[in-house]
Parts: sequence; structure tokens; C-alpha cells
Amino acid sequence: MKEVLLQMKNIEKQFPGVRALSNVDFTLRKGEIHALMGENGAGKSTLIKILTGVYQMDGGEILVEGKNVSIRSPQDAQNNGISTVYQEITLCPNLTVAENMYIGREDGAWVKKKNYEKRADEILTRLGIPARSRQQLGSCSLAVQQMVAIARAVDMECKVLILDEPTSSLDDKEVKMLFDLMRDLKSQGVGIIFVTHFLEQVYEVSDRITVLRNGELVGEYTTEELPQVELVAKMIGKELDELSSLGDEDERESEVKEVFYEAEGLSSTAALPFNFRIHKGEVNGFTGLLGSGRSESVRAIFGADKVTGGNVRVGCKRVKINRPIDAMKCGIGYLAEDRKRDGIIAELSVRENIILALQVMNGFFKPISKSESEAFADEYIKALNIKTASRETPVGSLSGGNQQKVILARWLLTHPDYLILDEPTRGIDVGTKLEIQKLVLKLAEEGVSVTFISSEVEEMLRTCSRLIVMRDRHIVGELKGKELTQTQVMKTIAGGDK
Amino acid sequence: MKKRALATLLALVLVMSLAFTGCSSSDGKKSDGPIKVGVVNNPPSESGYREANVKDMEAVFSKANGYELKTAYSLKNDEQLQAAQGFITEGVDYLLISAAETTGWDEVLKKAKEAGIKVYLFDRMINVDESLYEAAVVSDMAKEGETAVNWLLGQKLDVYNVIHIQGAMGSDAQIGRTGALDAQFASGKMNKVVQQTATWDEAEAKKIVGSVINSGEDFNVIYAENDGMAKGAVAALDENGITHGTNGKVIVMGFDCNKWALRELLSGAWNYDGQCSPFQAQIISDLIKSGKAPSSKIIINEEKGFDAKDLKQSDIDTYGLGE
Amino acid sequence: MKQKFKNLFSGGLGQLTIPLIAILLLVIFNLIRDPSFFSIGIMHNNDGNVVLAGNLISIINGASELAILAMGMTLVTAACGGQDISVGAAAAIAGSVFVKVLKSTSEITGLTVVLAFLCACIVAMLFGAFNGTLVAIFKIQPMIATLILYTCGRSIAYWINGGATPTVSSPIITALGGFIPGIPVPTPVIIVLVAGIVLKLVFRFTSLQLFTQSVGINGSAAHLNGINEKFIKMLSFVILGVCVAIAGSIGVSRLGLINHETLLIDIEMDTILAVAIGGNSLGGGKFKISGSIIGAYVIQMLTITLYAMKVSSTDVKAYKAIVIVLLVVIGSPVVKKKVDKLMMRIRKSKDRNTVKGAQS
Repeated sequence: MKEVLLQMKNIEKQFPGVRALSNVDFTLRKGEIHALMGENGAGKSTLIKILTGVYQMDGGEILVEGKNVSIRSPQDAQNNGISTVYQEITLCPNLTVAENMYIGREDGAWVKKKNYEKRADEILTRLGIPARSRQQLGSCSLAVQQMVAIARAVDMECKVLILDEPTSSLDDKEVKMLFDLMRDLKSQGVGIIFVTHFLEQVYEVSDRITVLRNGELVGEYTTEELPQVELVAKMIGKELDELSSLGDEDERESEVKEVFYEAEGLSSTAALPFNFRIHKGEVNGFTGLLGSGRSESVRAIFGADKVTGGNVRVGCKRVKINRPIDAMKCGIGYLAEDRKRDGIIAELSVRENIILALQVMNGFFKPISKSESEAFADEYIKALNIKTASRETPVGSLSGGNQQKVILARWLLTHPDYLILDEPTRGIDVGTKLEIQKLVLKLAEEGVSVTFISSEVEEMLRTCSRLIVMRDRHIVGELKGKELTQTQVMKTIAGGDK
Repeated sequence: MKKRALATLLALVLVMSLAFTGCSSSDGKKSDGPIKVGVVNNPPSESGYREANVKDMEAVFSKANGYELKTAYSLKNDEQLQAAQGFITEGVDYLLISAAETTGWDEVLKKAKEAGIKVYLFDRMINVDESLYEAAVVSDMAKEGETAVNWLLGQKLDVYNVIHIQGAMGSDAQIGRTGALDAQFASGKMNKVVQQTATWDEAEAKKIVGSVINSGEDFNVIYAENDGMAKGAVAALDENGITHGTNGKVIVMGFDCNKWALRELLSGAWNYDGQCSPFQAQIISDLIKSGKAPSSKIIINEEKGFDAKDLKQSDIDTYGLGE
Repeated sequence: MKQKFKNLFSGGLGQLTIPLIAILLLVIFNLIRDPSFFSIGIMHNNDGNVVLAGNLISIINGASELAILAMGMTLVTAACGGQDISVGAAAAIAGSVFVKVLKSTSEITGLTVVLAFLCACIVAMLFGAFNGTLVAIFKIQPMIATLILYTCGRSIAYWINGGATPTVSSPIITALGGFIPGIPVPTPVIIVLVAGIVLKLVFRFTSLQLFTQSVGINGSAAHLNGINEKFIKMLSFVILGVCVAIAGSIGVSRLGLINHETLLIDIEMDTILAVAIGGNSLGGGKFKISGSIIGAYVIQMLTITLYAMKVSSTDVKAYKAIVIVLLVVIGSPVVKKKVDKLMMRIRKSKDRNTVKGAQS
């Protein structure tokens, strides 16, 4: 067994009304990649934030290389060799790579520009990061930006590197690059804490797994000895027969049903002209790599960007959808890709967030009464199993998965005929993911059409009966029935034969 | 390239605006025409006083009276200096100045002298050598205050408990109007109930008087340094049921002689209104037409003070400002 | 009911804590300084009406314009994340229009006053729409956009007045700015009350509050939920326009005189302060109108207290600044966090004590 680098013992953390962590242990060894797993609300973020000095723990102790340390601020964490790279890049895109690596560091201010540019280049080369020191950070891809953040941490001689959801906005190639870098660091003796929702990635790169659930430690396991199914079961605390049963859903024959929505040559300021139709009760999906135009296309359907052309029919009527409100009046709902930016109204309550879309459809002069809105909120909090202290809790304080459920509730409350879900399961835990997938299928059974977008092809195969594949902002294929296999999808995305 | 075009445009605009501020329609340079007078003044929007002042200038230096009037209005000294420079270049016969600031005028006035242009200052003094101007027709603000305070002493009250509402601190009018009253406070002939500046703001004056009333202190004179503040003070009295005016408990004094304020006097609601006369044009015109140098370099414009008991409607029409 | 009452104290007053504490402190301070400070007298005014008088009445009465402007400013702040600094100048315009229309009628009757007010309203709403257009459509920062009207507003008022300071005198105007015969409460106070109730009803019977907050917190999400962001921002400025017209008309009616240079001078800053003291984020989003109104009364009470202490009015601003800095710092997130922590520690130790008590 390798030397222990970091030990967190009996960590306790209390928030008003919630016990976030109780008696949690965590051990990180030198030169290992340790995955920290758990559903949203399990306490992963809290544990990380205590380790990085963002929160103060209420009880317990932290030992770095056997020495008891007190971490009261992110500065303390850094001084103890603990560095974090967050899910959202926290660097400055308008500065150069080198500047980003040295700004805000105690030693940074005293180093000459030439010198640190040189040093930056050395590190970038050593780690094999495809960026140059004088390049503007914003001109690099997200993955490279993340790697620059890691390089910054490495240069600060970090012993413990925390990667919080580093892969959620990267494509496969970029993920591979990142993993290579992680393995490289591992061989240099750095201990890496890896937080992610992607199970495959955990198995691809990690050595050890610690699972948390509801603020408590479930256990620490060696990756090789823990089958994937068991991991999921440990995370959500129940056996997962349901997960496997979902995939074998009988093939729904939607072609016989009538067309609900049809677009011809629809285009917007962001999307090139495309044709699209969906039937009543059908679940279809757009797939393709990031930037392939899948989000832009559904945004055009909803009128989220300025529509520049095309004919649209809803039912058998020709309609003009230029703004979101037009789409909503046609019975279309849209759950946006970026939950924080385009979805939640963070400071408003769960209740207000749930009724928002319905209220807009009712109109300015017909407000939903307080008692009515409370009833709506309660109904959906229960129906979707939204975990919130009360319906008046600001939605921003809920966990990601629950925020997503609130937005789903918002659209369900409008009783849409057609629901567009863009990455509804991104960055949320396995349990909620499953709930959302089930919900989609249930809605379809009730006759609601659903367009589903997900980065996880497997998830789309489980839910969709037809897949529209996009590459470079064009539709390059449509798969259904027997064609719906992982290989076929990959081939189409990559540009092979149909 | 773009920058240069912009600069050119800017220069063009500047030149045009200069041309506009300074000009009237005629094109000058005739020796035996009307007397050409250039007036550099503050804009009429500055105050009711200035408005009357500007109107007076326009009325006296009219075509009918044999003048050709060019005017330039600005609150800024450097713009005024530029305008004066423009008048000198255009070749006016007389230059009349009410300066925004007392300094910075040496060069321009020397140039005027070299060009043989006679300079009269009105309303406000300038800090330059006496030889650079013919005469200055100005108000003596201190005297204005004295006139008012003397009138108040003439009322022979048993005690003088005065609420003193000042104008914007440091302005000429405030200093002049405050001085005489301060002397009385110092000598003990009058008691200072409160002395506050309302910076010419009616609503502020009302607040000040209201707070004195609420504190229960006794007073029988309100000395407000302009009409607006007197009106604000009176509003506070009215609200609290305190009588004022010729038959009331409290004597109300204002300054400026706005027509509406004089009407308050006529109705007996106020007792006294003092004026710093805005009418200097006739005096200057007389000097110009007489062709003689004035006996003194500084000519004090006669200040008026109106007592509600003696005021007549004709006074309002003659001396009242505004409408 | 009891539960509600309990919530009020256990959960804290939330946003309203700071302004209410400020008022409380001012009241205590004044009571110690001069116990008769808050005495209210009943007397006859010069028009022969029975009226209430005293510092308290002066405070509530004097803050009327500020309170009304603060209501509108809160909406603009919430929707646009910025402030309108042209309210003083716009009020001067509205007041000038008010007087202009009154003077152009042969006789001042109730009807002409209503007409004059409506004209003032329309003009102020148009100027509000102008500001709103710059902010909502051209995406100019509110302070910069309203700087235009701030700069030229009083000149426009001057132009409307023809350069003079016109006066109007009529029993109706006197009643509007002072007391209505038979009612001992100052009319401006009643107007504030009515305006507050109207606004409350507007919130009740429209979705203004929800939409405004949504736009202010997350414009992009609001857009994707079908809310017309531009309309909401524009609307907030137009509503502020109505508030400006009311404030301007009250200001003019108090003295029966419009002085475009001094009418509601510097009130924009006090208005913004009232919004801030009321615990509203100047960056937009969630808001509480009641907070801003209380903020307005805090500012006015402070002013009147200073006057009562005979602080020279040139110094009043400095003292005001000190108090306001204190208030704003106390209300800042940093201090709030510290206080919350302290409260939690106290509560915890209390819990521990009660547990101990139970055991022994």
C-alpha cells in the first residue's frame, strides 16, 4: 500500500436545518486517482469545499502527510499543497495562458513576465498540453483551458489535486487528453481526487472509489473489485433492476401516429436551415458532438434565437414561431441546456420557479393566486420527488438534480404537447437521471411528444425511438428501429456508412 | 484617419457654435451706423434676476435707441472670455461684461483697450486694474442687507427673535444679505433663533421653519434671503396656524422682488421685500450717450426695499421681476 | 396568525431588519434627546382647518415625494439592475407641465387639476419611456442612459416655464400640498398611502412582481420562459414616470410655486439610498417595495432629527453620509454573514444549555 497523503477523519458539517456531513472519513494516497462518488446532495461538494477552505468543518480533523492542519481559507489549502480545478473554469479568458497560470499567486507578482512565460512553456511542454504561454486563454478549447488550470496547480507544487466534474463539457477526444494528463501526474506522485458523474470514466481512470450517500460514508473500494452495477446500487442505496429493464422497452411504433410538429427549412441566427418533424407521443433525439448544432436546432424550434426562415406546422396549422412565447402558445416547452444561465431564476422560490411558464402563458393580467400556486408547487414537489426544505426555498440553494426537476415541473405544469429537453440529465446523479428517463417515457405514453438531447448516447438509445444525427451544423442521418445501436450512432456521427 | 476626420468635425462644430453665440445678423464694419454694443452676460436661465437683467439690456440697447446689440451668454468664464475676444475681433464700440468669475480677464481687457473699445462692467466686479474699464455699475449687496435690517429696526418691536434662512453659502447675495443681520445678532439687539442655509431651496426653507415650530421655540421675524425661501417659510407657518404679515404675529421678509412676491406684500401676507436691482442698462446707456467719463469708477446701482404698507400696484408693474 | 407572528421574529424580518432597526434607533435616540420630540399637537392652521402637527407629522409628510419615487425606483432597480438618476429633473419637468396647464385654464377647478396632473403624467411617462428605450432596447447602462435627462431635464423645465418661477394659488392646490378641509392628516401622506395600496393591488392583480424579478435575476431564463424582457424594463421606467409625476405635482402643490432649479433637487440620490437602505440589491432581482418606503422614512427622520438638533444644514449632508455609510455597511453581505454565524453560535449554546437543564 502506498504512502498516505491526505486523511480526513470524522468530518462533521451542519447547515441550517440540514446535516450535510456526519462522521465522514476519506483517505487519499500518493500517486492514486481516487474517485469521489455519490448522488447530488450526498455531500461530495461539501467535503471538497471543506478541504479547500471554502467551508469550515464543525468537527473532525484533516491530516496532510500525517500532520494535523487547519484549513480556514482557500489560501491555507494552497499552502498545504491542495489545489482545485472546478467544473466551471474560474480563469480569465481574456488573459494569456501564462498570465492565468501566475495571477493571484503570492509569488506571481514578483516574477518577471519573460521569466514566467518561459516557465509556463516548460510546464506546458512537460505535461504535453497543447497551448502556448502567450496565447489568449479564451482561444483554447475548454479542455485545454482546464488543463491550463491543472498546469497552474502543478506549478504551485500541489500534492493533492481536486478535479470537480472536469469532463462534463468535454468531448471524447478531450477527455482522453485529460486522462493522459491525469495518469502522468499520478506517476509523478500527485494524489488526485476525481469527482464525476460519468461511471465509465471512473472505471477508465480511477484506482479507488469512495462512495458517499446522504452525508454519510458508504465505503471505500478498489475500483477493480467493485462492479459498475454495484457502484450504482451503493450510490443510490437500492438495487438497480430498473436500470436494466429500461433499455429493453419495446419498440414503440410511432410512425402510424399523426405528425404534431413539422418544420421545413427552419433556420435561425444560430442554426442552418433544416427539416424536422415529430409525431404525437414520439420520443426522438438530436445527437452529435458538442458544437454539431443540435442545441441550436432545438432552440430554433422554440424560437429562442432569432428565427430567420422556414415553414412550421403545428398540428395541421401553419404557425409562426419567432419568440419563445409563440412556441409556448403552440404547446411547446423547452428545457435549456445551461440550467444556471437559461433555466433557473436562482433567487426566486421553488414555487415561483415552478409556476413561471404557466404564469407567462396565462398572461400579465391573470396572476395565479398564491394558494393556487402553492397547490401546484406542492403537487409537483411530490410528483417529481423534489428535495427541498420548503416550497419557498430559493431554488438556487437546491442541488443540481433538484433544480433540474423544478424546471421540468415548470414545463409539465403548462401541460405541453411537445417537450424539448436539452441535456436534462447533465451533471446530475444517477438516481435522478433514471427518474427523468422514466418520466420521458411516461409522458410519451400519455401522448406528449418529446425531443431529447443528451451527451450520453446510451441514454438516448434507451429513450428515443428515432435519432437525428448532426455533424458540423448539418443533419447527416436519421436512425430508427434496428439501426439504433451504439456502433451505428458512432459511425454516423463520425461520418461512416449508414 | 478616422480620428483626424473626427477632430476636423469637432473643430468645425466648435467654430460654428462660436460664430452662433456671438452673432446677430448684421455684418458690422460700417463706421457711421448704430452704436455697436457687445454684451457678455450669464444666461437668463440662471435666475429671475438675470432674466430681468437680460430683458432690460435688450430693451435699452435696442435699434430704436440707436444701438446694435450683440450678446453672448454663458455660465463659464472661459466661454465668456472667448465671446469677449470674438466681440473685440468683430469690432464693437462698447463691451459690457457681467463676468462669471472675477479673475482671468486681464489679457482680454488689455486687447479691448488697444482696439479702442470701451469696457463697462455691470452687476459683477472683475479683479483687474481700474484703468482697464470705464466704469462698473454694480449692486452693493451689503447695502441691500443694511436697508432691509434698518427697515426691520424701524418696526420697533419689543424683542426680535429672528429665523434667518440663508441662500447658498458663499454667494455674493448671501454674504451681503447675511452681513447686516449678523451685526445685529452680535450686538445683541436681535436674537438668533436659528440661522440655516436652505441653498435657495423653498422646500428646505419650509423644513427649517417647520423644525423650529415643532421644537416650540418662540420667534417673530423670518428673514429669508430670497422670495422662494420666504414662501417656503410661510407655508410652514400656514400649516401650523401661525399668523404672519401686516396683521400677523410673524414679520416675513424676502428678497428679489418677484412680481408674485410683491403681490404677497400687497395682500399683506408678507411685510418686506428687498431688491438687488437688475436694471443697469439705462445707467450705462446714459454714460455712453453723454460721451463723458463717469465721475467715479464704481457706480452703485440704487437698491430698493418695499414695505407692504406703502406698496402700490404700479410698483409691482415697474419693479417686479418675472410675471 | 400566531404562527405568522412567530415567524416574523424567529426567522428574522429578513430584508426589513436593517431599515426597521435604523428607525428604532432614531426613535430611541430622539426620545432620549428630547422626550417631546414625537409629541403630536392638534391645532388650527391658517386656513382654519383642524390639523395634526409635530415632528412626526413633518417626517411622514416631508418624506412623501421620496417614498413615492422610491416605489418606482425599486421596480426600475429590480428589472434593470441599475438606477434612474433623472427623477429629480423629470419631476421638475412634470411639475412645470402641471403648473403650465393650470395657468392656461381660466379657472382652477377640480377637473382642471386632474387634467393638469394627467398631462404631467403623460409627459413624465414619455420621458420614462425614453429612458426605458435607451436601457431596454439599446442596452445602455441605466445610469448612463438617464444621465441625459439628468443633465438637460431642468433646462427643459426652464423652457416650459418660460424662464420664470410661475406660481399658482388656489384652495385646491393648497389642499393638495397641505390639508384637505376636515382631514387632519396631510394630503401628501394620504397620496403615499393610496399609491402604496394601488401598487399592492397591481402586484396582486398582475404578474408584475414575478416577471420583474425574473427579468432582473436571470434575463436569459426569463426570455426562454416567454417573458418579454424589453417590455418589462420599459414598463418599470413608465411606472417610475407616473411616480415622478405624482412627486412633482405634490412638490409644486406644497408651495404653489415651480422653481425648476430647486424642485426636488438631489432627490435622485436620496431615492437610490432609500432603495438600498430598504435592503434591495442595487444589482437588481428580488425586491421589496415596503423596504424602500421605510428607507425613505429613515432618511427623512434623519434629516428632521438633525434639523431639530440645529445642525447647520451645510453639515447635515455630512452627518447623513456617516449614518448611511453605517447602515449600508451593516446591511452588507459580509456583516450579515458574521451576524448569522454569531446568532447560530448563540442558538447552539442555548440548545446545549437547555439540554443540560433537562438532564439535571
